[in-house]
Amino acid sequence: MELGLDVTEKNGFAVLAVRGEVDVYTAPRLRERLVELVSQGKHQIVVDLEGVDFLDSTGLGVLVGGLKRLRSHDGDLTLVCTQHRILKVFEITGLTKVFSIHDSVDAAVGE
Amino acid sequence: MANRAVATEQAIELQIPARAEFVALVRLVVSSLASARRVLADDRVDDLKLAVSEACTNAIEAHGAASLDDRIVVRCWEGDDRLEVSVEDRGEGFDPHSLPEHPPVTDPERLNFERGLGIPLIRTLVDEVEFETDDTGTSVRLTLYCGRLSDA
Repeated sequence: MELGLDVTEKNGFAVLAVRGEVDVYTAPRLRERLVELVSQGKHQIVVDLEGVDFLDSTGLGVLVGGLKRLRSHDGDLTLVCTQHRILKVFEITGLTKVFSIHDSVDAAVGE
Repeated sequence: MANRAVATEQAIELQIPARAEFVALVRLVVSSLASARRVLADDRVDDLKLAVSEACTNAIEAHGAASLDDRIVVRCWEGDDRLEVSVEDRGEGFDPHSLPEHPPVTDPERLNFERGLGIPLIRTLVDEVEFETDDTGTSVRLTLYCGRLSDA
């Protein structure tokens, strides 16, 4: 199963576009990519979830871990998501209060 | 192991190796079944897909923790008014009533917890969930009633 993880730069932010299904099998790749970005000094990361078809608790855990890592560097991890079925997972778990969730990458990078 | 979960002759049974890459296959089978043969709203199919996925993830981790090579058994059964899915493992069991609680989401300490969201998600997503668990395994039975409105 493919998990697309493409990084672009926008307005000083690293934008990580995730495509595919994030579950117990693929989430470790997302974690590795986030860790790699942080170690490259990218401390303002936008994770774009618009191409994600499925996200489970393992994926949520990786995003929580990423946010924690970035906060410890005075950075931030924000999300782009407008899909109801993905937003629902954040709502049920209360994580909408933990992450800033934006409607578009432009909004997330403040353009 | 106590086992009265979805054990009818009509049940569809799927056995998967206890490895993470097979969870996607279970999602595919269960969601195809749910959407092909039932009048179930798409968002409820998504709910079932996520709940089944979480249950399989837990089952696979239980086998990993106990170093078991046994397969995970997933059974699906359609009743007149419901769809039931059970996920059975042979792990060492757990107490579904004494799961550790997370700090509130407004507490910065919340970020120290990456795990433990699976079972709360399952409980929210399906209409009924039953855990039968002891030290020889766990069976999670998920029931979704057809026609019931979701969180309108």
